[in-house]
Amino acid sequence: MSTARGRTDDGAMLHPELRAEHDPDAIIRDGRRLDHAEGASKPLRPAPEPQPRGAKVHGNRPIDQQEAAARFIAASEHEKMHDERLWDLRQKRDREMHGIPEWEELRSLASAIKEHTLTHLDDYLDEFEANARKNGIQVHWARDAAEHNRIVHDILRDHGAKSLIKSKSMLTEECGFRPYMASVGIEVIETDLGERIQQLDNEDPSHVVVPAVHKLRTDVAEVFARTIDTDPGNSDVHYLAEAQREATRPLILAADAGMTGANFVVAETGTFVVCTNEGNADLSANVPKLHIASIGIEKIVPRLEHLAVFIRLLSRSALGSPMTQYTSHFRGPRAGGEMHVVLVDNGRSERLGMAEFWTSLKCIRCGACMNTCPVYRRSGGLSYGATYSGPIGLIIDPTFNARKYSNLPFASSLNGSCSNVCPVKINIHEQIYAWRRELVKRHEVPLAKKAAMKAAGELLSRPAAYRAAIAAADTALAHLPRFVIYNGLNAWGKHREVPHSPKQTFHGWYRANRGEKT
Amino acid sequence: MRIGLFIPCYIDAFFPEVGIATLELLERFGHDVVYPRDQTCCGQPMANSGFNAECADTEALFVRNFSGFDYVVAPSGSCVHHVRDNFDSIEQTDEVKEVRARTFELVEFLHDVQKVDAFPWAKFPHRVGLHNSCGTLRRLKHALPSELHEPFFSKPIDLLSKVEGIEFVKPARPDECCGFGGTFSVFEEVVSTKMGYDKVSDHARAGAEYIVSADSSCLMHQQGCAERIGVPMKFIHIAQILNGTSA
Repeated sequence: MSTARGRTDDGAMLHPELRAEHDPDAIIRDGRRLDHAEGASKPLRPAPEPQPRGAKVHGNRPIDQQEAAARFIAASEHEKMHDERLWDLRQKRDREMHGIPEWEELRSLASAIKEHTLTHLDDYLDEFEANARKNGIQVHWARDAAEHNRIVHDILRDHGAKSLIKSKSMLTEECGFRPYMASVGIEVIETDLGERIQQLDNEDPSHVVVPAVHKLRTDVAEVFARTIDTDPGNSDVHYLAEAQREATRPLILAADAGMTGANFVVAETGTFVVCTNEGNADLSANVPKLHIASIGIEKIVPRLEHLAVFIRLLSRSALGSPMTQYTSHFRGPRAGGEMHVVLVDNGRSERLGMAEFWTSLKCIRCGACMNTCPVYRRSGGLSYGATYSGPIGLIIDPTFNARKYSNLPFASSLNGSCSNVCPVKINIHEQIYAWRRELVKRHEVPLAKKAAMKAAGELLSRPAAYRAAIAAADTALAHLPRFVIYNGLNAWGKHREVPHSPKQTFHGWYRANRGEKT
Repeated sequence: MRIGLFIPCYIDAFFPEVGIATLELLERFGHDVVYPRDQTCCGQPMANSGFNAECADTEALFVRNFSGFDYVVAPSGSCVHHVRDNFDSIEQTDEVKEVRARTFELVEFLHDVQKVDAFPWAKFPHRVGLHNSCGTLRRLKHALPSELHEPFFSKPIDLLSKVEGIEFVKPARPDECCGFGGTFSVFEEVVSTKMGYDKVSDHARAGAEYIVSADSSCLMHQQGCAERIGVPMKFIHIAQILNGTSA
């Protein structure tokens, strides 16, 4: 039997008899095309693998990242696509890196600029505020997420705005901005395609740069069919993108206000910079007369010349492209318009005071650490159950809620690749290690783990007891894994074989072969 | 010189041949090698899980066992990384600092201290895939990790290239973590084993007969993964090849 089944995207909804002779979906047997009755023994298209959902969130209870990661891995098509797609970004990043002889120097420079700025943060923020006001920008300060949301709401209310178009912003995710706006009856329309997909699916972004990277195109087809009435059988990416464009453009044109985040803020000029690839931030900022920018206080750089260092690093690290399609500098309101900047702290000042963790504020949200992370690529960003996923999430999320995110720093093999790709040289893997210590100190680890570690420490510090534990067993295997790998054989042996037990330990061999030597 | 041989607990229990190869190899170079009988562990499993206080007594025992040697040598990158870089749950006396500074991983010792230029007894006519553990690669700096834009170097390849007949294959993701990660391998076992499956499959596709590494812990994990999914692969510690194990 030979079959000739191709992609079914376009013709799948067509009755088989209406298809042309060269139909790629035709089933041919013995040189003859089967008619629809004969061919119907096979489904026209296998049902697409359903998208695995993210971590289960129960209030303040610790997120079980491993549980969600296991479901992501079980959805093998999703896991494979996710791993390969992000590894591809990592490879493209490497290619860009090799095109820049001074790459490592740039990273050091970027890290030093951030270090200087963060240690003089108050001065540069004051300088920015003064210069921004001179440019006609209205500057607001928000202590936390609630204050941010209230300030933006007040601005919108003053203008009688009922709808807001916005570009992607991790800060507004951090602030729970969309749910807040929904609660006060203001419609928010995300304009970044990936973020819009996530909004329509009522899901958080799974990655800081590519928010819907965990979705297959069949998942997107399902979401769009449900929300903007596309053909559920058509997962052609051009069709889906075009449908979204058609659905969103009228909303953009009619919106009362626009919102962006910012990638960088320049103190000396009182300006800010937004980097995008879709141009959606420019629509959000320029179509309505009111532009509000929500910006974390750590985004500042002192001078325009410093910006160049970061622009060279950002997109190369993020997507492996030399730069983003759009690098837009916002200098002040247009004639007849208004521009507001909301500078948000939301825990940043507190983090700045943490001796081991303050350098995490250098982060420029490129996502390179996620792309390279072997755990993230196999777990999916939603498994972290937090605004920030991947390696940078492991060290930032616990600063927001040490209990809820207490498991995250353990979702790492401490391989260190994240620190090496970081364009601002944050020692991410060392901070992951430090967070483990910190969480133990704060009693935010399970008691069973603590008991096991205490027992292990006692056994491993007493040579006689340790040897006795081995000698008492017929084979080392029977007892050893209990204190070598602590969780017993269950977790080790669930998905891999246990090591073969030799006839003799090294200790025994040494006694027999170098007996007298001490 | 007088060398204290540090044999980590899982090598003692599961891979005695790695300990023996390390001992014999060091003896070939004329060293006086001693295995302190009271050694257990360096404290890394507790420390890696954040339990600093719980590993203090184990670290103190390590110092008692290995004080006074010219060098302490171990066939395990991650344990040496712990001793050298994170061994701080006990007071840092001069004795402690001395032991930490004198502790070397085998490849480093042979490459940087012994400066070996030949292994005339070693022959290994096989295709091997080199697995640099993350501890040796990114902490002890055995080789240049692929993330950095710096001149290439690799101490294990320098050493293995002196072995007659050996042939290297290059996997698609040469320095991706294999998923062992110490206690990560049991606390996050699903992700850990998936990483292991991918790692051994990558080496198999590249045509490796053996995966060779300076860390038996990674190999123990990879072997368990390969056997589970039925990838025919053999595993060998670098000490065994350098000591002349034929296969």
